[in-house]
Amino acid sequence: MSDHRQHYDDDDFVEEEYTPGEADGGMFGDVPAKKAKAFWPSAKRLMGLLKPEGAGVIIVIGLVVVSVVLNVIAPKILGNAMDVIFGGVMGKQLPPGVTQEEFAELMRQQGQGNFADMVAKMELTNGIDFPRLTFLISIVLLMYFVANMFLWAQGWLLNRIVMRVIRKLRDDVQSKLNRLPLDYFDTRQRGDILSRVTNDVDNVQQGLQQAFAQLVSSVLTVLGIIVMMFIVSWELALIALIALPLSGIVAGVIGARSQKLFAAQWKNTGALNGQIEESFSGHDLVKVFGRDADMLERFDERNEALYKASFGAQFVSGVIFPAMNFVSYLAYVGIAVVGGLRVASGSMSLGDATAFIQYSREFTQPLGQIAGMANMLQSGVASAERVFEFLDADEEVKETATGHLPAKTDGHVEFQHVSFSYVADKPLIEDLSFSAEPGHTVAIVGPTGAGKTTLVNLVMRFYELNSGRITLDGVDVKELSRSELRSKVGMVLQDAWLFGGTIYDNIKYGKLDATEEQIMEAAKATYVDRFVRALPDGYQTIIDEEGSNVSAGEKQLITIARAFVSDPSLLILDEATSSVDTRTELLLQKAMAALRTDRTSFVIAHRLSTIRDADTILVMENGKIVEQGNHNELLTLQGAYYSLYMSQFAGEDVEETTVDDSTAVHS
Amino acid sequence: MLVTLIRRYSKPYLPQILAVLIFQLASTIATLYLPSLNAKIIDEGVSRGDTDFIWRTGALMLAVAFGQVLTAIAAVYFGARTAMAIGRDLRRSVYRQVSGFSAQDVNRFGAPTLITRGTNDVQQVQMLVLMGLNFMVATPIMCIGGIIMALREDLSLSWLVWVSVPILIAVVGYLVVRLMPLFRSMQKKIDSINGVLREQIIGIRVVRAFVREPYEAKRFGEANRDLTEVSVKIGNLFVLMFPAIGMILHLSTAAVLWFGGQRVDSGDMQVGALTAFLQYLLQILIAVMMGTFMAMMIPRASVCADRIGEVLDVESSIHDPGSPVAPAEKKGRVEFRDVTFKYPGAEAPVLSNISFTAEPGQTLAIIGSTGAGKSTLVSLLPRLYDVASGEVLLDGVPVTELDRADITSRVAAVPQKPYLFSGTIEHNLRFGKTDATEEELWDALETAQAKDFVQEKSSGLNRRVAQGGTNVSGGQRQRLCIARALVTKPKVYLFDDSFSALDVATDSRLRKALREKTQDATVIIVAQRVSTIADADQILVLDNGRIVDRGTHEELLETSPTYQEIVESQLAAEEVA
Repeated sequence: MSDHRQHYDDDDFVEEEYTPGEADGGMFGDVPAKKAKAFWPSAKRLMGLLKPEGAGVIIVIGLVVVSVVLNVIAPKILGNAMDVIFGGVMGKQLPPGVTQEEFAELMRQQGQGNFADMVAKMELTNGIDFPRLTFLISIVLLMYFVANMFLWAQGWLLNRIVMRVIRKLRDDVQSKLNRLPLDYFDTRQRGDILSRVTNDVDNVQQGLQQAFAQLVSSVLTVLGIIVMMFIVSWELALIALIALPLSGIVAGVIGARSQKLFAAQWKNTGALNGQIEESFSGHDLVKVFGRDADMLERFDERNEALYKASFGAQFVSGVIFPAMNFVSYLAYVGIAVVGGLRVASGSMSLGDATAFIQYSREFTQPLGQIAGMANMLQSGVASAERVFEFLDADEEVKETATGHLPAKTDGHVEFQHVSFSYVADKPLIEDLSFSAEPGHTVAIVGPTGAGKTTLVNLVMRFYELNSGRITLDGVDVKELSRSELRSKVGMVLQDAWLFGGTIYDNIKYGKLDATEEQIMEAAKATYVDRFVRALPDGYQTIIDEEGSNVSAGEKQLITIARAFVSDPSLLILDEATSSVDTRTELLLQKAMAALRTDRTSFVIAHRLSTIRDADTILVMENGKIVEQGNHNELLTLQGAYYSLYMSQFAGEDVEETTVDDSTAVHS
Repeated sequence: MLVTLIRRYSKPYLPQILAVLIFQLASTIATLYLPSLNAKIIDEGVSRGDTDFIWRTGALMLAVAFGQVLTAIAAVYFGARTAMAIGRDLRRSVYRQVSGFSAQDVNRFGAPTLITRGTNDVQQVQMLVLMGLNFMVATPIMCIGGIIMALREDLSLSWLVWVSVPILIAVVGYLVVRLMPLFRSMQKKIDSINGVLREQIIGIRVVRAFVREPYEAKRFGEANRDLTEVSVKIGNLFVLMFPAIGMILHLSTAAVLWFGGQRVDSGDMQVGALTAFLQYLLQILIAVMMGTFMAMMIPRASVCADRIGEVLDVESSIHDPGSPVAPAEKKGRVEFRDVTFKYPGAEAPVLSNISFTAEPGQTLAIIGSTGAGKSTLVSLLPRLYDVASGEVLLDGVPVTELDRADITSRVAAVPQKPYLFSGTIEHNLRFGKTDATEEELWDALETAQAKDFVQEKSSGLNRRVAQGGTNVSGGQRQRLCIARALVTKPKVYLFDDSFSALDVATDSRLRKALREKTQDATVIIVAQRVSTIADADQILVLDNGRIVDRGTHEELLETSPTYQEIVESQLAAEEVA
């Protein structure tokens, strides 16, 4: 994964501390479950998402209830079927002509009191009562059939509901993206925003789809089974219920321990993957500095640490299953023994005992599920919380769109006493005024952090002013809708961003309805055509995320072509040619001159050679315009521009300059 | 590949795998034994009213259950140990393999996919091994054992097994086979929807500048609809799974009771045997179901294994010499003799017939437009690539005959893309020379014009650097990379366009300081900016992979039209002095 965190403009948002792991969580996907800050409010709000589907949800719950009830009653009836079989078998053992009562009495006399009691309580038949058995089995099958049909129906319905809700949530997230002010993106780690809108939404979907559906049926099943067990035999139910806290303790103790070990495993995985990522990305450097052996040693250490951690985690978590099983076996043995004794003493039927065994088995499965669901739900709610935070973020100032631009814009831009700051108490631009005449080229120069990029961003209304106003053709940009304003402006940004797609489509992005001719024309004028022809796939070359198949300079040329094709009345070039080699730039400038005629343009450039022909040059320092004029005028002033210029062109002769060299052109 | 890979890497752990098998077998037998004990309680205890027998058998059941849990835990222990160890070994192999790659090999794959292969793919295979040891061993044992036990209870009911198991496999298998491609397709749709969002966030300024919000919303809407469609399809099939399995299990239960009841009635079977048979059948069916689910993991892991195999199968294109030559002198003289270089698969060579000599104490500069082959040229000396023909010599010995450590001790490079490792500034500066003193570090920083901004922050040398150096500005990053090379005090410096992010004044100060520090060293500078190289002893003008002109700045101004063009593009005529 390439690292997309970068500086947004020359105002230098350098972070001092880097915390690994916080950023770009995307790569290793399975980040361990996070905890929600406020579980219940977020869970409630998550459930609130289902509200529009209220009727469907109620039907789902109804279906679940019915299928659970049927599922829970069925084993009891199967038990009755068992009794029919057992009764038939025992009945056959009666000596001919002896009634059940007589036989019981006979046994009692022989000192087999227990056995006598059992026989006395049984419904003995001579041979198995097949009509009754058939009846019972048919009933059970019918019950199971209905239960499973309902289960299927509720699954089908719930899936649809959840997918609709999630689709809407995704749409909300997407449209929210468009309403957020840019400083939201500037002040947060990109990796964090990305993981909120992608991984977290996925996680919410899983939480809803799996946890929600199964949680309801699991909880109901457990409750239903407990009720049935008490109905069948409260003594045995108590034995089975002992297993409940016991398995709770087992799951709790081992679970907590394994969660800690899993955290350690993830930490070690992160560290190791980080190293793999680094040494593969910096492969050349490792080679050049001959550090292979050291890196390998460090890798081996970490690899060993990961092995130990993951072995621990996998072992302990693997123990849960047999341990839970053991608890359920304990209950099983207990029921088999006590049940056996009770059947033998006649206080319980064999069918009830077998039904019980089935209950106790079906009991542990949903219990385990609930434990698993709880984890998933917790992580789903934590993700939902992060998505909600994103959805609740402050939005851009609502546009009034009371004003409109004339049909044909001249591109007259005026700044009137503009003040602006990113951070409340750190003013960046103060009381700045100037006017850009239609058709003129305005160049902005100055050291890093002077506010050059900010200034052009304000024209685009990427940020809101603190005070003052900016007008385009006399209309305050605040009164225009953002889209009307921006559609008049073509901007080439400092970092040449292209989306994943063909070069052709990337140019077309500037004007979606552009004809092929227009695109070719733009490509030729901006020297894109020249290098594209040399590519094996030409205009159909796909720009991948890494952008490794075209150079930085070539990418810049494509972004210029993109602006070119959009045919704007106002053009903003922010370090548009910084990565282009100087010979190509010279050629490009001629083309740009053509692009600039009849248009007002703002040009920010680090290389002063790029802007010498500008009509007006604004020299900025610390958010203020310190000098203003054309190249020759400014040179004669012998001020800031002069020193800047001399430092660039006279090279070694000038030792002292006003240029703040701590941060230079952005790569 | 998956099988080969697992077979090869599990070899050292055969005893442990054997232990897993034995313990699994023991625990499965114990599991299977429990229902038959239960049957005994019914047949010999309950129906005869023998309470003693019930108690004794109950105690036995408890012991068996205890034995089961112990052996199961032992199996998990060895299983986890083995699987994790195999993962560790595999990861180490991939890492070692890639470490031995040449730059060319790395580029052929691309660093990101190598990273995925070394991390994610290994993890997938490791998980498969773990699951395999935990379940895939237990499942067949359970099936076979269950069948044997069931048949022991009653042979004539066995047809129930032969009917129900295939039906279950068919139903589950059908659903799994239908679901698998859908899951893959869903993953793709998720990737694509996330990709759209990703682009919107990263390119937010472009989206807004061109008012493309509606366009992006439409693109997203389509991706969202696609994803929802696939998810609904999956859901439709998936919700069939459990009801269908449930129905099969319950039908089997009913069948056992019905047919078993008749056999009990005719006296061919005991009631206890009937319940035991029922439980065995359910155990078999559950084992079959688990096995089918586990089999779902195989295709995915197999793709991962193939990708790992691809990496492991590569033979590095760069070989260390068997018996390296020790050069007589180590001054740092660099010579290229008729060097030609071609990327594999490319039609035209990047460099053709390059010959030059760079003497110690001198500065050699290389200039030319992008794509002229400058960077390739300088990466031949540290053997990031090997030449196709011709020779690169360091102190008179071809680099292919030198020990790699010997080259790195004499050559330090500052790459075009300034890359820093995560850690502190100090950690980065010591990258080339771990035992450098703090004084040496500050010294290098001063020369590289980086002392001020390092000192500026209170954390100084301990300031954190993010991976790639993304939390310092481009200019700072370049200077730190230069300082890193300076710390090693090499005989040869390679600067690959290393001053591009510096403004001219800093550039000139840096080079002035550099000249003092590198008086005896050979300096090779690749640059775009004429002012950076104007005072070099020798300038090579590169165009399309060939040296078109060579000489000093003054000479080239006279003789080289290409050089003149470059100069003119950067300086206005009157300033060229």
